[in-house]
Amino acid sequence: MRPVYMVSGGIAKFKKAYPDRDFRLLVKEAFDYAMSDVPELTLEIIDGSVASYFSDHFTRQLMAGAMAQDYLGLNPKPSRRVEGGGATGGLCFQSAWESVASGRMEGQRVHRPGLGHQLRLLPRWLLLRLLRHDGAVPHARVRNHRGAIGQNIHQKPPQRHSQPIRPEPHGPDSGRRAFLSNGSYAAHPAGHLTMSDGAAVCILASEEMAARLTSNPVRITGVDADTDAMRMADRPHAKVPILPHESESDYTHLKYPGVHSFRAGRMAAALAYKMAEVQNPLEDLDFVELHDAYTSSELQTYEDMGLYKYGEGGRFIESGASELGGVLPVNPLGGLLACGHPVGATGLMQAVFAFWQLQCTIRKHMSDPFLQIPNARRGLIHSHAGTGTDITVSIMERP
Amino acid sequence: MARRGRVKLPETETGTILFNLDPIIIKDHYEIDYIHSYAQDSPFFEGLSKGELKGSKCTNCNYTYATPRGHCMNCGKPTQWFTLPNQGAIHTFTTCYFSGEVFLGETPYTLILAEFPGVDTLFMSRLIGADPAEVRIGMNVQAKFLRNSKFRVTDVYFVTAQDG
Ligand SMILES: [Zn+2]
Repeated sequence: MRPVYMVSGGIAKFKKAYPDRDFRLLVKEAFDYAMSDVPELTLEIIDGSVASYFSDHFTRQLMAGAMAQDYLGLNPKPSRRVEGGGATGGLCFQSAWESVASGRMEGQRVHRPGLGHQLRLLPRWLLLRLLRHDGAVPHARVRNHRGAIGQNIHQKPPQRHSQPIRPEPHGPDSGRRAFLSNGSYAAHPAGHLTMSDGAAVCILASEEMAARLTSNPVRITGVDADTDAMRMADRPHAKVPILPHESESDYTHLKYPGVHSFRAGRMAAALAYKMAEVQNPLEDLDFVELHDAYTSSELQTYEDMGLYKYGEGGRFIESGASELGGVLPVNPLGGLLACGHPVGATGLMQAVFAFWQLQCTIRKHMSDPFLQIPNARRGLIHSHAGTGTDITVSIMERP
Repeated sequence: MARRGRVKLPETETGTILFNLDPIIIKDHYEIDYIHSYAQDSPFFEGLSKGELKGSKCTNCNYTYATPRGHCMNCGKPTQWFTLPNQGAIHTFTTCYFSGEVFLGETPYTLILAEFPGVDTLFMSRLIGADPAEVRIGMNVQAKFLRNSKFRVTDVYFVTAQDG
């Protein structure tokens, strides 16, 4: 496989609704931003696209990818749409990586249509159902298996939810962080994440093309996406897949994944680490863009990724490691709970933020260097669908 | 042949609800009735109407599911139906203070994943009549069924068992 680089990215600001712009125009804005950031990029040298568009309910368009392709002036070049719930963006990113790695395409753009009129249609029901019902069930079990976690969860730094990227609140519960640290719940209630609208674009290229286009590309060194049973109830209660820096004796009594952990996330991390030659993620990564569509999943994901052992993820937060300036900053730009979650765009937003971090261009794109992680060389982006049914992990590095 | 100039669509008395002019925002009704088949899962819903919870058991590796599942996720072989006990225990639970539109009027309500002895997977359902503060992992629960079946998974719900 050929090495694949990200050469540019753009984001149309995520906000509650865009009555004055439909998804095609949002994608166009993100696309134009990405194109203008690398002046050598022209429509002519783009070989094709992958559209990251989650639900037909959102815009009531069955071929929103085709509509964006048309609007951007990319016809008759190849395009396809990728869909995988909340992980749609991460899957799209990896699908585009495959196109370039295989040699089928040279420079490749990954875009995602925004969710159009989603707030007026079904998704409020769909998404809140996902977050509230399925997402909330594991928590009591988490508590039961892991003793102290309940005490840890509520200590997550609240400032992460008011990072400067998205100052306006997304809903009445935005930023609400009410967790009980005693009693029978580990996390209660789950934060109410209001969905948002927006678009993001990543432009990928081969090594040769990347070198022609920019002096500051970022290499995609590890990718994997894994899955689990659609119903949480059907997931196994078996042995923990061990990461290189763990041992079987760490988990002699833990039935895995049950409903307390995400096997798909652990498997995706394991393979992406292997590909990118990450031995110990806590030491080898400089930041993580983590899919925190519901608060407790952040804690669960720390453990799935092997940052701390299962049952000890709370210590990772307690230690301050995830803070800006910590050992391994997580979601320095606020994550999903701050930016909202325009489903298909979210995974690509993470890639764009990671790209800017690794380029050290946060100051340029945010008009403020505060969120720049000094000397970031290697970052991980993580995209999560349907309470762990499909999870992607991609690792990006400054060459 | 009609003469040019006389051809026109008939006007109607119906209109459009307009919220805004710049940009134009209208009310656009969206509702669909599906003709939906439960297909191979049909016996599960038939079971609910008879007051029975039907699980699936692999004919090859004997893995047992507390859910309708035509083929085994371990070995791919067909499963056969079996009747789950009406009593189980709470594997985990959560209380929902907010929900999708369909259940919004019923909040707060408690969802459980029920476990059954000797069954490898769980079953998600609602726990009725229990104070959320009293619910505990391991508590015994009993399945109950709507008398007038709606052929929905919500035809079954759980209550705390007498001896729980
Ligand atoms: Zn089997």
